[in-house]
Amino acid sequence: MSLNAEIRGQLFNYLLRHADDRLVLGHRLSEWCGHGPMLEEDLALANIALDLIGQASLFYKLAAETEANGRSEDDLAFLRDSAEFRNLQLVEQPNGDFAYTIARQFFFDVYDVLFLEQLSLSTEAEISAIGAKALKEAQYHLRHTQQWMLRLGDGTEESHRRLQDAVDDLWRFTQEMFVPDELDHTLTAEVIAPDLETLRSSWQESVEQTLREATLELPEDSQYMTSGSRGGYHTEHLGYLLAEMQVMQRTHPGAAW
Amino acid sequence: MRMKMEKNTTAENEEKMPLWEVFSQAKSGKPHTHVGSLHAPDGTMALQNARDAYARRGSASLWVVPAEAIIASTPEDSPMFFDPAEDKVYRHPQFYKIPRSVRL
Amino acid sequence: MESQPHIRDISGNTALDEAQRVKRFEERIQAGERIEPKDWMPDVYRRQLTRMISQHAHSEVVGMYPEGNWITRAPTLRRKLGLLAKVQDECGHGLYLYCAAETLGVDRSDLTDELLSGKAKYASIFNYPTLSWADIGVIGWLVDGAAIINQTPLAKCSYGPYARAMVHICKEESFHLKQGYEIVTKLAQGNSAQKEMVQESVNRWWWPVLMMFGPSDSDSSNSEDLMRWKVKLFSNDSLRQRFVNGSVAQAKAVKLTLPDPDLRFNEESGNWDYGTINWDEFWQVVKGHGPCNRERMRMSRKKHNDGRWVREAARAYSARHPEK
Ligand SMILES: [Fe+2]
Ligand SMILES: [Fe+2]
Repeated sequence: MSLNAEIRGQLFNYLLRHADDRLVLGHRLSEWCGHGPMLEEDLALANIALDLIGQASLFYKLAAETEANGRSEDDLAFLRDSAEFRNLQLVEQPNGDFAYTIARQFFFDVYDVLFLEQLSLSTEAEISAIGAKALKEAQYHLRHTQQWMLRLGDGTEESHRRLQDAVDDLWRFTQEMFVPDELDHTLTAEVIAPDLETLRSSWQESVEQTLREATLELPEDSQYMTSGSRGGYHTEHLGYLLAEMQVMQRTHPGAAW
Repeated sequence: MRMKMEKNTTAENEEKMPLWEVFSQAKSGKPHTHVGSLHAPDGTMALQNARDAYARRGSASLWVVPAEAIIASTPEDSPMFFDPAEDKVYRHPQFYKIPRSVRL
Repeated sequence: MESQPHIRDISGNTALDEAQRVKRFEERIQAGERIEPKDWMPDVYRRQLTRMISQHAHSEVVGMYPEGNWITRAPTLRRKLGLLAKVQDECGHGLYLYCAAETLGVDRSDLTDELLSGKAKYASIFNYPTLSWADIGVIGWLVDGAAIINQTPLAKCSYGPYARAMVHICKEESFHLKQGYEIVTKLAQGNSAQKEMVQESVNRWWWPVLMMFGPSDSDSSNSEDLMRWKVKLFSNDSLRQRFVNGSVAQAKAVKLTLPDPDLRFNEESGNWDYGTINWDEFWQVVKGHGPCNRERMRMSRKKHNDGRWVREAARAYSARHPEK
């Protein structure tokens, strides 16, 4: 990459936030392994988790190369604290029941397909390559979660109630996905990163359509909406997730695995 | 027949999920071959489940078919179905003699 | 497993009497033919196979818990991916095997029922806890290694659907074994804490792994029929011996000690002789009194119960939205 030092620094931070999204969400999904509603769904959730953690690895690797400071992708994943993590608060939310996991995944997948479509057009070749690879995976994830949104929303009274509760509860995490910060603006101007604001209306439209088809109600926007994820502000859940995930690296500094 | 158990502990009384047979094409141009089966409520989910269960290490195309839609010959059909084919030598090119010097 | 096969067999056909049918069936097996779901088979064969395949399926599925226990704590991204993919494979194995069992005329839900009620057994090895990261390596190396030795012959067993499932499974198992041995190697070459961790793990798993091959041949019931019908191709003791012989060299290569003072090479037989297995422990665990039997059953029941409303929803939706 032939970018100036300042942009490189920004790019490093940018790659981290998208790596963190994928690692944290993949980690959450991996917690389902062996506990899904059917064996068939255990396989499906593990596949999505593997895709996401694989994408995280690619983003971390590129971030480490961009930083060129001797840190590896594992250092980035396992040796940063909660305040240094830049993932969306949406993805760190605990799994809850299957409806909660599906709603969380659905909100993310709709965003992710839109985001990756744009990212794959990045002028930075390595970034667009990751975007293009991840896009194919995300499109499948969305197809899968969309089917479950319909089945749970329009399934039984119980499943409808559970999914509506999940949608209502998670709604507050969805809007900050489309609020660009300084970093986004800079990299969008360089045609490296997507313009998040342009994704919002497509996301809204797509989500509304699925909710309608699933006989669910669209939550209102007036409640508390989260912000600050990209600056390192999180919910209480991330600390526990990281404590568990990082335990081996923290307990045995410098060991190779 | 079943052991006594706590309520809601088992699959008892739960309606069964339909069974689907899965066929996978290993590579484009190859035939679809039977690779196994799975349970799913409908074809859409069966196809997605087939992808996750049977195509994790690659596939070019997948079919799912309701297991009950397959109509198969039975072992007692075998003699009348298949034995008569065995002596129809005139269906094979080796049955016909042509001059050695000619290439067809 | 009293339920009627959903596939027709020719037991209603009276042209042949039972003895003649058994004779023809055994001749086919001797000739190396495979028995397929619709073929006539003795009831005992059907019952034994259903029991074997479903126990095998339960083992794969329950086997997800001990290893799943470390997915969220895997120390690197590469290990996390490898372990998750491995445990996912085990889930797939369970699914392939339930499907093979279903060709014998049972439904997966009935088999699940038997597992959850405690009537069906699963491999006793999965009733031991995973206490350190090294256990993940050692399980891949020894437990999957033992499973491969147990299962490879089954790919040639007489029942077609089981044999085909085993071909599929054995292909995937070789990745599990390598994944495990690589972890073990890394730890054995690591710092002192890691070396200690992996040796301690080998010490804990070695004997339970030897028990995976089942009771000694002298105590193994109904082996004879199973051997004649090519459902079982080698005796428990011969498979166990093959495993011990292989493990000795593998342990030595990474400077690990197998915790058996009686282990020594027997020039005469060409085998590694090993000490006495604690069969009391084995039977205790089989009967439900191992360290984790309760946890494993509790998780299995929870999985099933928590998923019920989801399965109901999926069925209700499909009923309301027919695809054709
Ligand atoms: Fe397995
Ligand atoms: Fe395995």
